[in-house]
Amino acid sequence: MTSVLQAHGLGKKYGRRWALTDCELEVPAGHVVGLVGPNGAGKSTLLNLAVGMITPSAGSVEVLGGPPGAQQAKVGYVAQDTPTYARLSVADHLRLGARLNPAWDESLAQQRLQHLRFDPKQRAGRLSGGQRAQLALTLGLAKRPDLLILDEPVAALDPLARREFLQDLMEAVAEQELSVVLSSHLVSDVERACDYLIVLVESRVQVSGEIDTLLATHFRLTGPRRDQKDLPRDQHVVTASHTDRQSTYLIRTDKPILDPAWTVTQLTLEDLVLAYMGRDVQPERPVLEVQR
Amino acid sequence: MIWLTWRQFRVQLLVVATVILAAAIFLAATGPGLLDDSRTLADNFISSLPSHPIQMWLYRIGLILLYAVPPVIGAFWGAPLVARELESGTHRLVWGQSISRTRWLAAKVGITGLAAMAITGLLSLAVTWWSDPIDDAINAGQDSNDYLPRMFPPTFAARGLVPVGYAAFAFALGVAVGLAVRRTVVGLAVTLTVVILVQVFTPVFLRPHLMAPTEQNIILTKDNVRGFMMSGDQSSPTLKQLEVASGSVGAWKFADKTVDKAGQEISTLPGWAVKCAPRDPSPNAPVRSPEEQDACYQRLADEGYHQHIKYFAADKFWALQWREFGFFMLLALLLSGFSFWRIRRDLS
Repeated sequence: MTSVLQAHGLGKKYGRRWALTDCELEVPAGHVVGLVGPNGAGKSTLLNLAVGMITPSAGSVEVLGGPPGAQQAKVGYVAQDTPTYARLSVADHLRLGARLNPAWDESLAQQRLQHLRFDPKQRAGRLSGGQRAQLALTLGLAKRPDLLILDEPVAALDPLARREFLQDLMEAVAEQELSVVLSSHLVSDVERACDYLIVLVESRVQVSGEIDTLLATHFRLTGPRRDQKDLPRDQHVVTASHTDRQSTYLIRTDKPILDPAWTVTQLTLEDLVLAYMGRDVQPERPVLEVQR
Repeated sequence: MIWLTWRQFRVQLLVVATVILAAAIFLAATGPGLLDDSRTLADNFISSLPSHPIQMWLYRIGLILLYAVPPVIGAFWGAPLVARELESGTHRLVWGQSISRTRWLAAKVGITGLAAMAITGLLSLAVTWWSDPIDDAINAGQDSNDYLPRMFPPTFAARGLVPVGYAAFAFALGVAVGLAVRRTVVGLAVTLTVVILVQVFTPVFLRPHLMAPTEQNIILTKDNVRGFMMSGDQSSPTLKQLEVASGSVGAWKFADKTVDKAGQEISTLPGWAVKCAPRDPSPNAPVRSPEEQDACYQRLADEGYHQHIKYFAADKFWALQWREFGFFMLLALLLSGFSFWRIRRDLS
């Protein structure tokens, strides 16, 4: 099994509105995938399709090589806002996990809760947002999945809790050798935790690939004003801006940039994501995918 | 899943179970005494009851509880079962575990639904057993203003199997409505309203059609007439309808129409038929002589007027119980079928 998540022409329609269109994805195993995009871009829709919470209106999606829901025991899911049963205690939640999951790792769950200094008798309704998220993550991890999907797990957390949560997640990933897909609307979360990126804007996948590869193939070119069609064919323009005398292009290319007229700058991940988020989405433009 | 269902359900179960067990204990404690009384007092049993107000109260409480339990179960056990999960988002937690939605719903509906039927069944058993001496005495012809035959609408749905059917229906309705509207409070209110309406209208619209009634044509006499419906002012009233006794003790008569010679139902009797009443409706009207009344009834019979009645005799009690129970169990299954269909579709 090489890909944990695979989508072909995947789309989801709510009423008349497409929440996700023409989604083509192939996420290899062994990565921590960051799914970024503005609010309402379709991140939750994509993840919900992947875990089988909702069914596609178009195309298909495969998780761990099978249809969603076929291998429920192998896919962990931490839902948006990390819901927990307010009236059940922390210990009750572990018991729930133990009863409903065949591969439940009780010692892992206990260790995590001890490490996080949880009171097992505390009701989940009285936990802080960060603690609730940690409890939900514990349930997801102790299930011992091959793939863990987290939908905006840190959206409601303050910066400190955010960092702790992601650090915790990274440690667990390192120990358990599992693939992770997590969504966020903040690039900083992804920068901290992920090595693979998917940018989703207005229900379309704009770019996806390993972060190192993406950073190595995207550049900012600044130089005298020049028309876009004069650029070499292997330089794909992501965004372009012009003043009277100067042009700035953000391009993707696998080849070295030879033209001495350009000042070439490396991009940060944030630059890259913002470039893809900020550009006008033109449906007819083919979705870019980084070649590996 | 059994554990989780129990863990989420135990408070609701305990509240209802406590009330029902308390009632069952009271009934169990007083039942044997009541049975003894009915044996020793024989024909005077019912007339002796007003001197024991506690019996009267227990009889009524049993009746009220059996009407209250199905709506309460539907609204407080059924409606929140799925709606509360959808509302708080916890369905996404539990469906993220290694269990399919269908199995999850099957466990919740199965366990809670069976508990609903079992506990209603227990209460109905206690009430039916406790009231048995009273019901028997009424069916044997003892007169009472306080107790109705068990075939009559208020009592029928508070005896035997029917409450169990109502409880199953109310619960399944609550689950389905909760799933459809996804709001606990709305689901609860809708379920409560619908179940109560069903309880009110079942005797009117459903029960008479559950089995073929006994139909009879009866000639009216001064002795078997049971009621006069008059309209118009007091000095010149017109007689709209007459009612007659079925002659079958403990039967539930649900249709009683005056028909003419041709068998056609009539809306107003001829003017002279007012003389069949024991007196005119005006306050100081003199009482009519029996001879005058007899003459009037004779004329009704001569001109072919008679009463057409439909009723279920007292011995049809269990046959009718089974049918009504079956009808509501079928509804419960259909509603549950909807819930299982709906749960597999998109809910996020």
